[in-house]
Amino acid sequence: MADVPMKNNNNTKEICAGNTVVGRLEGNTLRLSEVLTINEASGFTRNFLRCVRSAATKSLVVDLADVEQIDSAGVMALFYLEKKLQENGTKVEFTGGSDAVLEKIQLFYPEATAEVKPPPQKGLFESVGGGVHRFFSEYVFEFLLLASNIFYWGIVDLFRPGIRRKGEFVNQAVLIGVNAVLIIVFLSFVIGYVIALHSAGQLRTFGANIFVVDLVVFSIMSQMGPLITAILVAGRSGSSIAAEIATMKVTAELDALKTMGLNPNRFVVVPKLYACMFTMPFLIVFANVSGITGGGLAAYLYLDISPEVFINRMTDIMMSKDLFTALVKSQVAASLIVLTGSFYGFRVEKGAEGVGKVTTLAVVVAITLVIIADSILGVVFY
Amino acid sequence: MEKEKVIDVQELYAGFDDRVVLKNVSFSAYKGEVTVVLGGSGSGKTTLFRHLLGLIPILRGSVSVLGRDVATLREVEQLELYLQMGVFYQSGALLSSLTVAENVALPLVQHTRMPPPLIDEIVRMKLGLVNLSHAYHQYPAELSGGMVKRVALARAIAMDPPLLFCDEPGAGLDPVSLESLDRLLLNLKEQLGISVLLVTHEVNSIMRVADRVVFLDEGVVAFEGSLKDALHVDHPAVKAFFSVLKTEHLKEILD
Repeated sequence: MADVPMKNNNNTKEICAGNTVVGRLEGNTLRLSEVLTINEASGFTRNFLRCVRSAATKSLVVDLADVEQIDSAGVMALFYLEKKLQENGTKVEFTGGSDAVLEKIQLFYPEATAEVKPPPQKGLFESVGGGVHRFFSEYVFEFLLLASNIFYWGIVDLFRPGIRRKGEFVNQAVLIGVNAVLIIVFLSFVIGYVIALHSAGQLRTFGANIFVVDLVVFSIMSQMGPLITAILVAGRSGSSIAAEIATMKVTAELDALKTMGLNPNRFVVVPKLYACMFTMPFLIVFANVSGITGGGLAAYLYLDISPEVFINRMTDIMMSKDLFTALVKSQVAASLIVLTGSFYGFRVEKGAEGVGKVTTLAVVVAITLVIIADSILGVVFY
Repeated sequence: MEKEKVIDVQELYAGFDDRVVLKNVSFSAYKGEVTVVLGGSGSGKTTLFRHLLGLIPILRGSVSVLGRDVATLREVEQLELYLQMGVFYQSGALLSSLTVAENVALPLVQHTRMPPPLIDEIVRMKLGLVNLSHAYHQYPAELSGGMVKRVALARAIAMDPPLLFCDEPGAGLDPVSLESLDRLLLNLKEQLGISVLLVTHEVNSIMRVADRVVFLDEGVVAFEGSLKDALHVDHPAVKAFFSVLKTEHLKEILD
């Protein structure tokens, strides 16, 4: 059967929900029927509003005398109607009703909701100035504070091996370093190959085939190797460090450590810092070797440079300075990754959602910082 | 005879941003007693708990634990203080990367120079106290909620602290486990003479263990005193809280 909103006879309108009659509107009196529950509420409100809008009365009396069964949805429907009608300037009054029904209405009927004032708008200068101030006081300053604390404990730990957690360093070195070897080797091989491949055409035009060796070796050793490694480690380990510390904070594990008299920086972050700083140079060596191998393969395939020639030329142009640069870069990148990861991990707020947020931030900021640091060091060591 | 105070809070105010959570809270806890901080949800119990541990900075007022002002401690002094208290967190807060035994052993390994076999014995004994010897090699993730809590208690008492803090040990425990936990607390109190500060709203648990009650209502101390007095107090919130007890149970306690 169709949903009939109302039936009109002798000035009485029946308000239906589905097939049941929920109320009768006579003049400006609404007489509710026996049942108004969650099943009837939606049909009732919809049809009733349509009905009243056409009638356009100035006041309305709701008679509850017949009501036997009402639930919270029913009460809320009445509340909603009253609010809607009052917006149109219609006064609503309730009459009748058994004690049980009134009790229920009293139980569920919301009090007039207080007006919520919107927070005062800040002026342009205030918000810009406040933002800059917050950036320095909450981010830069806190970051430096954390960094100094972690390095302090890192150095203290070097001289007091007795209090170190046994096996934690190896554990972290495997997680941060060893597990990253495969992906780093693979990616730098591909990048070395592609660098050589794309320059092959250009170099051949000028008959400068042999310079592909310079190109590959320089770009991999001084830039691509350290950078790719740092970005991959930032993506893999920066995120996991942030997530781990954030979870520990959310589940009060950090509080537990603190109240056991253990400094979380020393206990959680320092082993990671050691592991990252220790494994990073090796990862860079892996990246360099495999990147140059990839370049060598491309040179052999597209420019007919034999491996012997490639290696001869390579040993001529390689400088120990590049290795030193890579070492410095690796240490800076490792510190930045671990510090950013733990900084954001410690900053987590509001449970599981916050963990996701700080993890994302940690990775983005770590990669940004690593690239900036790499560029600065590249200029310094040029 | 004047009892020795282990915790003394004076006119403590606390809040986050502009929401005030604790208003002028003052109370004391005494040596060798179980002091229960209770109150409905949102009454500021957990905030007070974190203040006592010195985990959040104090806005106004003073908190002193074991005779030391928490706010003015230097890092080293705070560490010394921490070594004298055991803390039991609501969620257990076991380190998930360590086994049960390693968790309990952690403070011992880190802060004492005892030989590993001795530490192992202590760990077994503490786990035995909480009836969890069989969980020795398991990881926290493999334990049930009640077991995690018992391990957390074993860890909290690993260093035999003179002062034990417990944050809602009963939450999520079945009544039987809760009772054995309470009995354990009582044993610790009587046999080791440790003082306990318990934050909870498990009425049955309070009836069993409390010597002294501090009732928080919307950040204000509504009542402080012995459990018996608490049952007769006229404050509406306190009355409402204890009225959920069955009358016969009440009588039993009062007699």
